[in-house]
Amino acid sequence: MEVVRSGRARPGEDPADFRQRQLSARQMLRGDIEGDDLERYVEERVMLTTLEKAQNWARRNACWPLGFGLACCAIEMITVIGSPRNDISRFGAEVVRASPRQADMIILSGRVSIKMAPIIRRIYDQMLEPKWVISMGACASSAGMFNNYALVAGADKFLPVDVYIPGCPPRPEALIYGIMKLQDKIAQDPSLGWRQRYGAEGTEEAPIQVA
Amino acid sequence: MPDATGLELVAQRVRAAVADAAVVGTTYEHEQAMLEIAPARVREVLTYLRDEDEEPYEFLASLHGVDYLPEEPRLGVHYQLLSRARVERLGVRTRVTVDDPVVPSVVDLFPTANHQEREVFDMFGVQFDGHPDPRRILMPEDYEGFPQRRDFPIGGEPVLFTFNEHKYPRWYD
Repeated sequence: MEVVRSGRARPGEDPADFRQRQLSARQMLRGDIEGDDLERYVEERVMLTTLEKAQNWARRNACWPLGFGLACCAIEMITVIGSPRNDISRFGAEVVRASPRQADMIILSGRVSIKMAPIIRRIYDQMLEPKWVISMGACASSAGMFNNYALVAGADKFLPVDVYIPGCPPRPEALIYGIMKLQDKIAQDPSLGWRQRYGAEGTEEAPIQVA
Repeated sequence: MPDATGLELVAQRVRAAVADAAVVGTTYEHEQAMLEIAPARVREVLTYLRDEDEEPYEFLASLHGVDYLPEEPRLGVHYQLLSRARVERLGVRTRVTVDDPVVPSVVDLFPTANHQEREVFDMFGVQFDGHPDPRRILMPEDYEGFPQRRDFPIGGEPVLFTFNEHKYPRWYD
């Protein structure tokens, strides 16, 4: 039989063991393994899970943010996304989408004025389920120091927020920690939309009446 | 920058050229010359200062509103004029009451006044007669009230500290 020698042993692995693995893999592909050998081969190489868990694992590790900044916190957010020191692609969230249709997550980075709130809500409604919201900084969470006539005191008055990050502005580490918290939430979450999660049926935006 | 004497000379020339009642008064504080004029004569005075005066101020550097509460008349509109040739600045101020807050628009004299007059209207409720587009500029279109007036409530939500906790019962709801 022609010996196929491709690949190489793992560091520290005995070449004889590597040869054995290689041969058993070839036998598996040819259908030569049977019985207990087949059982052991499958146990060693196949991982079982549920579809929901696999789905949540994929969603958690590819949570694309919307390219959306509101105020000074956006500078910190850009630092997190764009700088090599705080590389957000370690968490699979570096693909900043320019369209809400393609984004999974919106980071409210800065103060939310009452003039901006309907626009944010419109953008949020345009995002596809499942979608998540991070309220970054004191302003987006509670209007912060701008507790006056012009601002919405807390973005959770008009859209559901998943993670609140305190700080003025939060350090990049804080935002990364918030993203990790969101990942934990996604990993545990059943695949419900936010209306089911928060019991908010009936709040859908009314369609625009065209005369 | 005209000094106190120069400001009086400017006021004298405006009185002679426009009308005696056009100049209400002059103030000179912190090396800032300020000419106070009657609201009905804003356009004549600014036209004169821009075009015909022997020391013209051809540039409107800034236009902003003030609320002088509790003084009357309460609302003020400031025009900061600048002569770029002589590097001199002159403040022109007019005062109107809250009940009749109408000032002639100077957009056709100084195009830069367009957005600034809209901002003064938005924040103080001063109406600029003859403005081509008198809408709000900063606040939403359906906003009620003029937030920079000093009798306008600050708004927002009460912030809880230990000293005022008892004033907001059941704040945790």
